[in-house]
Amino acid sequence: MSLLEVKDLTIHYLTDDGDVSAVNGISFSMEKGDTLGLVGETGAGKSTTALGIMRLVPNPPGKILRGEILFDEEDLLAKPEAEMRKIRGNKISMIFQDPMTALNPVMRVDEQVAEVVKRHSGLNKSDSLRRALDMLQTVGIPPERGGDYPHQFSGGMKQRVVIAIALACTPQLLIADEPTTALDVTIQAQVLDMMNDLKQEFGTSMILITHDLGIVAETCDKVAIMYAGKIVEYGSLRDIFKQTAHPYTIGLFNSLPPASSDVKRLKPIPGLMPDPTDLPTGCSFHPRCPFCQELCTEKAPEDKIISPGHSIRCHFYQELKEKRPVAEVGK
Amino acid sequence: MLKFVGRRVLWLIPVMLGAIFIVFAINAIDPGDPVSALLGGSYTQEQYDDKKIELGLDKPFIVRYAGYVKDIVTDGDFGTSYTTKRPVSTELVERFGVTFKVAVISILIAIVLGLPFGIISAVKQYSIADNAVTIISLVFASMPGFWLALMLMLAFALNIKIFPASGIEGWKSWVLPCLASGLSFIATITRMTRSSMLDVVRQDYIRTARAKGLDERTVIVKHGVRNALIPIITTIGFQFGILVSGSVIVETIFSLPGLGTLMMTAINNRDYPVIEGCVIIMAALICVINLLVDLVYGFVDPQIMEQMKGSKKARRARHKTMGAHAL
Ligand SMILES: Nc1ncnc2c1ncn2[C@@H]1O[C@H](COP(=O)(O)OP(=O)(O)OP(=O)(O)O)[C@@H](O)[C@H]1O
Ligand SMILES: [Mg+2]
Repeated sequence: MSLLEVKDLTIHYLTDDGDVSAVNGISFSMEKGDTLGLVGETGAGKSTTALGIMRLVPNPPGKILRGEILFDEEDLLAKPEAEMRKIRGNKISMIFQDPMTALNPVMRVDEQVAEVVKRHSGLNKSDSLRRALDMLQTVGIPPERGGDYPHQFSGGMKQRVVIAIALACTPQLLIADEPTTALDVTIQAQVLDMMNDLKQEFGTSMILITHDLGIVAETCDKVAIMYAGKIVEYGSLRDIFKQTAHPYTIGLFNSLPPASSDVKRLKPIPGLMPDPTDLPTGCSFHPRCPFCQELCTEKAPEDKIISPGHSIRCHFYQELKEKRPVAEVGK
Repeated sequence: MLKFVGRRVLWLIPVMLGAIFIVFAINAIDPGDPVSALLGGSYTQEQYDDKKIELGLDKPFIVRYAGYVKDIVTDGDFGTSYTTKRPVSTELVERFGVTFKVAVISILIAIVLGLPFGIISAVKQYSIADNAVTIISLVFASMPGFWLALMLMLAFALNIKIFPASGIEGWKSWVLPCLASGLSFIATITRMTRSSMLDVVRQDYIRTARAKGLDERTVIVKHGVRNALIPIITTIGFQFGILVSGSVIVETIFSLPGLGTLMMTAINNRDYPVIEGCVIIMAALICVINLLVDLVYGFVDPQIMEQMKGSKKARRARHKTMGAHAL
């Protein structure tokens, strides 16, 4: 039984400048205990997907147009808002992209953690607060700093508080949206390690959104590569790193600084992300794809399973298979 | 904290001395003559000189200024009114209550109505309610106070005789003056609350609050409003000053015995001690309001509180997290 099954999720932002197709029919599923890496360039629709699962897409302008999000067999999109509130912060939690602004500046941090505990556990105020202080301790913040306000904390400490809030009710699913991008490198590693440990400890499944394939290699079991609102390749960590199939994924790997070889220059994917208000016809990636054929400009590729658990959206994956990429990042 | 208040109170001294100096100076260069105004049409030179000495106006400006300040500080003595011969301090005490009452009631009405209107307007942006609130508040905000006062009087005192047009006869007399000075103020607070809330509800921490599964009311009231308060408090403090200094107009229109009318009469009679007393009281009141506003900032925003306290602990904590601060 899958913990989470997303089917054909489609989310658009209806703005004055046009209809932004942020998420265009994505489907994936996650088992209990899995860590899924959601990878893609900026604007690929990663955060929007996450907000969609939380049902927190800002509306207006955002609108979930289609799809199903089955969590524990129940469709979240069909739930009334009041039911959804019982799930948020409790069964599904989210860590947002920027810790610097994610905390309420006029509220003590222990109260910010206690609030979510009180909301979902039914504990009274003082017990919630005690639980919050324990949680802060777990993420490495001494309880005596609980009475402080966010501005008295560094970025890394704020992110720890955010993580404490997210994990306070031991959720079944944690969605971490680039939890470390705003932090400096040494702290990144600490925070990631801590998240991994806590995830193990609480048996939480996780969707880790990132554009850093190194982090994916270290933390994830499954990987979904997103491009222009679609999952273009999905598979196990091994599939993606060793059996890389989609030209876009190949491009991503080639644009990484190689860890071992003596190649001096990176090979970034040429061109830019397409304008989400006016996506290219056919395969969205075709204008940037080195293997583009006529068919690619006309017809959007279907999702094809190329080996058990490994699927891609590309017309020519067979032909590409012969030209295996030099992906050396991995376990 | 006490140090902060103490420092601010000490600052009041030069500010008040300055204020007194300015009114004194204006009165001194005023072409009108209080002596002849008091003596009326015909008088001899002798009478004139006697009167001048009686009023103390023969002495040089600086001596009068120093003596005046000394009397206030030592005895709370603001001099004697030229016209009524009563101590100015007694008149001020009698009149102050009326002005203060109108100002405070107007502000309370404005807060009680303006804050919720602004919040609803922001939370339901572009809804019918929002548009209605926006249009109505725009109308009231752009209406001149004296015109509104006259219209209210016309409508509710002369056409429909439910409220008295002038004087003070029970609670009904307060309704029109308070409305006249409060309505535009409601509008101002509503508009300020709306824009401040619109800014706040877009913030990331509001999304965090929603992601906790809190209900919308808690998200808005507990996480939103407090963060939106700073500019609203600034507006309230600012408007309080306008209400006090603008009391002249409303009190004159409704013939209320407040500071405004006291000052108007005093100006017409060149009753210097009374004018000076009124200005000093108003200046002091505005200073105190500003101090209160700053204190309230501290209670709303812990970061400001910390600066006010300037305590060792806070400074140490700030030092520790310095790296994270762009400031
Ligand atoms: N509130 C919004 N209104 C209009 N368009 C939006 C809004 N939020 C996101 N978008 C658009 O939707 C698309 C997907 O955005 P999203 O934030 O999901 O990208 P992302 O993959 O998370 O990128 P990043 O790596 O920069 O966080 C982008 O083109 C973005 O401009
Ligand atoms: Mg994002």
